[in-house]
Amino acid sequence: MTTWHIILIASAATLALKLAGHLVPAGFLERERPARIADLLTVALLAALIAVQTLGEGSSIVIDARVPAVIVAAALYALRVPFVVVVFVAAAVAAGIRAFT
Amino acid sequence: MNGLSDAPEPGVALRDTAVRDGLAVGLATAVYGISFGALAVAAGLDIWQTCFLSLVMFTGGSQFALVGVLASGGVAAGGSAIATAAMLGIRNVVYGMRMKPILEGPPATGQTSPMWRRVAAAWVTIDESTAVALAQSNDRSARIGFWVTGIVVFVGWNITTFVGALIGDAMGDTRAWGLDAAAAAAFLGLLWPRLKRVQAGAVAVGAAVVATLMTPVLMPGLPVLVAAVVAVVVGWFDLFRRRSES
Repeated sequence: MTTWHIILIASAATLALKLAGHLVPAGFLERERPARIADLLTVALLAALIAVQTLGEGSSIVIDARVPAVIVAAALYALRVPFVVVVFVAAAVAAGIRAFT
Repeated sequence: MNGLSDAPEPGVALRDTAVRDGLAVGLATAVYGISFGALAVAAGLDIWQTCFLSLVMFTGGSQFALVGVLASGGVAAGGSAIATAAMLGIRNVVYGMRMKPILEGPPATGQTSPMWRRVAAAWVTIDESTAVALAQSNDRSARIGFWVTGIVVFVGWNITTFVGALIGDAMGDTRAWGLDAAAAAAFLGLLWPRLKRVQAGAVAVGAAVVATLMTPVLMPGLPVLVAAVVAVVVGWFDLFRRRSES
């Protein structure tokens, strides 16, 4: 599989899902349990991605400049600072720590 | 986003509110495209691959996830990357089902939109367009809010993705610039508004712990997929529901 294959397959899948919502008659996902699982799935995947992106390094767990950067990001989101500013500050915190250590 | 207004001409006022909400949310969201473009290039995609994702996939969570998994596991983690992006796209099915009756009007009239318009509506069905539409107080403003937000985000997101990709390309060593931390902060920003309920918070903590514990054991990319099981278990049995109604 090349990078282009991955991109084409993943794009086809996500686009098909969008079309399904508009073209297929409502049914399965409107029931309470599937709707709840679909909702929580988003939360679980994003939380898992945060964990891996913050702590993972290939197949090992590493605590480095990313951890304080993410803690600062969480504090800023709690203060309702806009997304772009938070992402920029998180990068700056990690870059700053790496530059001085 | 307050769709309600008590101005003397409610129709016009509501329409203006829908347009204003759409523009505000659309422009704010479009700016994230910079971070996506830079992160995608840092993950090893070229500029065209990066722009293709914003044009065709056009759903931020899945796009960030795809490049995030590829950044950690490379092409070998392609299967996991596709699965993660697709699973994050499932919520768009739910959004489409909610938007369809609003966009097509009441079924009693027997009207259906032409196919090209339904495909266009599906294409711009994302968190932001759906949220703005559902915040309006009648169907007409909801339609305006949906289309304004969807189109503004689409145009802006694709322009800023391209700019971000150029910036990422010029950066060189992206770790020195803290782009890996920026990716984590971007995921956190997508998650944050979803944490209002206790159940969602519990799932987030559980999934993060599972993904961390699985990282040394499984191939890169798989820990994230395994963590999705937490959502299925909690959602199936409806656990942690206390105080969750707000």
